[in-house]
Amino acid sequence: MSARDEILGRVRSALTTRPEGEVDVPRAYRDAVAPVSGDAMVDLFVERVEDYRATVRRCTVAELEQAVAEAVGQAQAVVPPGLDWQVPGAVADDGQSAAELDGIDVVVTAAAVGIAVTGTIVLDHRPDQGRRALTLVPDHHVCVVRASQVVATVPEAVAALDPARPLTWISGPSATSDIELSRVEGVHGPRRLEVLLVTDA
Amino acid sequence: MTATFVGMPVFPTAARAALADTQLRRNLAHATSTIRAKRLSVVSEVEEWEDLRLAGAAIKDQALLDLDQHLLRLEERLTANGAIVHWARDAAEACAIVAQVARDHEVDEVVKVKSMATAEIELNERLAEHGIAAWETDLAELIVQLGDDLPSHILVPAIHRNRAEIREIFLTRMAGAGKAAPADLTDDPPELAAAARQHLREKFLRAKVGISGANFAVADTGTLVVVESEGNGRMCLTLPEVLVSVVGIEKVLPTWTDLEVFLQTLPRSSTGERMNPYTSTWSGVTPGDGPQEVHVVLLDNGRTRALADEVGRQALRCIRCSACLNVCPVYERTGGHAYGSVYPGPIGAILNPLLRGPGSGDQVDSLPYASTLCGACFEACPVRIDIPTVLVDLRAQVVDAHRGGVPSAQSVAMKGAAWTFGSGARLRAATRASGLLGDVVRRFGRRSLPGGRSALGRLPGPGAAWSGARDMPTPPSESFRAWWRRTAGGTSETSGARDPEGGPGTPRPNPGTPTTTGDRSPDQSADPSGRPAAGPLDRGVGGGAL
Repeated sequence: MSARDEILGRVRSALTTRPEGEVDVPRAYRDAVAPVSGDAMVDLFVERVEDYRATVRRCTVAELEQAVAEAVGQAQAVVPPGLDWQVPGAVADDGQSAAELDGIDVVVTAAAVGIAVTGTIVLDHRPDQGRRALTLVPDHHVCVVRASQVVATVPEAVAALDPARPLTWISGPSATSDIELSRVEGVHGPRRLEVLLVTDA
Repeated sequence: MTATFVGMPVFPTAARAALADTQLRRNLAHATSTIRAKRLSVVSEVEEWEDLRLAGAAIKDQALLDLDQHLLRLEERLTANGAIVHWARDAAEACAIVAQVARDHEVDEVVKVKSMATAEIELNERLAEHGIAAWETDLAELIVQLGDDLPSHILVPAIHRNRAEIREIFLTRMAGAGKAAPADLTDDPPELAAAARQHLREKFLRAKVGISGANFAVADTGTLVVVESEGNGRMCLTLPEVLVSVVGIEKVLPTWTDLEVFLQTLPRSSTGERMNPYTSTWSGVTPGDGPQEVHVVLLDNGRTRALADEVGRQALRCIRCSACLNVCPVYERTGGHAYGSVYPGPIGAILNPLLRGPGSGDQVDSLPYASTLCGACFEACPVRIDIPTVLVDLRAQVVDAHRGGVPSAQSVAMKGAAWTFGSGARLRAATRASGLLGDVVRRFGRRSLPGGRSALGRLPGPGAAWSGARDMPTPPSESFRAWWRRTAGGTSETSGARDPEGGPGTPRPNPGTPTTTGDRSPDQSADPSGRPAAGPLDRGVGGGAL
């Protein structure tokens, strides 16, 4: 008998003593009032992202290119193919190897969703965010989040995202607490996370 | 690596050694108190926490009670998304599948994301037998691997090590495994983390094959989820050409939406953060992004055995957050190695016997007793696994597994107690005898308890082990029944000699007299300890024991 059939058979015989009926999942947690909305939600997002020792800079659409240029500074940046704005002097992603990306300092991308309560940004790796290696190997990630992309809670984010796409949820820079549980920022992922929050005003 | 849990001593023996290690106890007390405080603070931010726990428990139950259907759905979705699904009955089969994939790609090394399932099947050791080096990339796992040590915590495997010990391990061992640590390395945590970054980056950049587990496997979308902090997970999941994920069959969640519960409860319960720094999800192969060959090994290795246990199957809800370890008074003092498994602490005390079967060995059989039954683990568990109840049930199964053969001193004592309690006359005789014994002992007693009451010294014979860890007060010289008769129900305390037949107030025999001690009667469930009714010698003995 194949391992597959044997395991499925074991599962079925293990469940001959299952209780009658279906299990109802109580979803009362969904009745919880969303802690914030509107401007307060964006403020909470900023506060919680900064709580992870990431930096947040607010700007308007008109100020965005200037803000990106300041964040990148003199360093070399790589950008995904579908970015909506110019990053002067940036290298386009043309499938560089991981070792080549390791020689690049900064990456500039957009994001898919921001979560206020947890201070999380989520990338779904569409063309304005690029493949996963792009935001992983360079040491400094500049991530542009539009205020309209921010949701209050984790359930709202899960509902907004497409599971068919690979997703990367990011809360602050890479970190470890493995040494005496004291938090150290910057292990294997980007050691600096800079969020540019674009407001409509 | 040669370190292995095989052949570990039973828990009381291993615990005794751990308790004598003051460095270990200091490291653990610091670490567990830090993480308890962090967890408490972020859990208290969430008003609907209890509702999330209830939902999490129900989702996992739903997944487990229709596990065959969800596994088939998961396989179907993963295959449709370009992944290759394998099934493994046990550890040997799973390791052979992973080794075959590595051989097919002619590699002699792989990079690994920290994974409990691969630790459980001892994948690194098996790959080494095939000449394949498996590099752990989580900082704590790296410390354990370089130190030729064993993990002692589910989340923070090197929790038993302090910074000075870690510096020493890096200085002496890193060079033999790749890039050496800087010679001027200090014990500053950021410097230690930087050394690990340097050491591992060259491995990430050249690795062709990555190995991971998964925190969740969503059946209706074929999505695997890995939750981590350092970015080493993202490196292993993204950079190699080939990815192999070893996934326990209990990791299945029915729907994508179910993740909304666990992505709230897992980070807060485990590291005490609102969200862990990185969560990666993938649903098969993504053209042009990440590994273009993805294997998923669905692992049984005792999980169907645990599933068949009606009381114990709830242990398969476990999401490996390790909150139960951090609140456990036993774990805090003995550390994880004493449990002799990659799953230590309260969850390990039930998961190991459930996966391997009570009666399968003295070491496993000792684990359900490695608890005070205080219930803190149940309180902390984000999926409401009633660990104390499962522990008590497993104790009964361990006893049942050892029936027949030479009875133990404890079972002889319990049988004797049952016989004594079975009749009023026998109980009266016994209490009278214990009163006489008390008189004798008090005369020669050498010890006294706080409050001045005299206590027995260490008992001789089979009672020695029992009294070695407990203070036992001397029995009173007069039983309650005798006192009741002598004083006419307390109305004439000063009345003369003991009156064996009692006065006018003599009560009828108490129908509530305890009858048996060995049976697990339903009304015992009110007492979460499941401890048998106290015998006459037991009065006043407080506290639990390991």
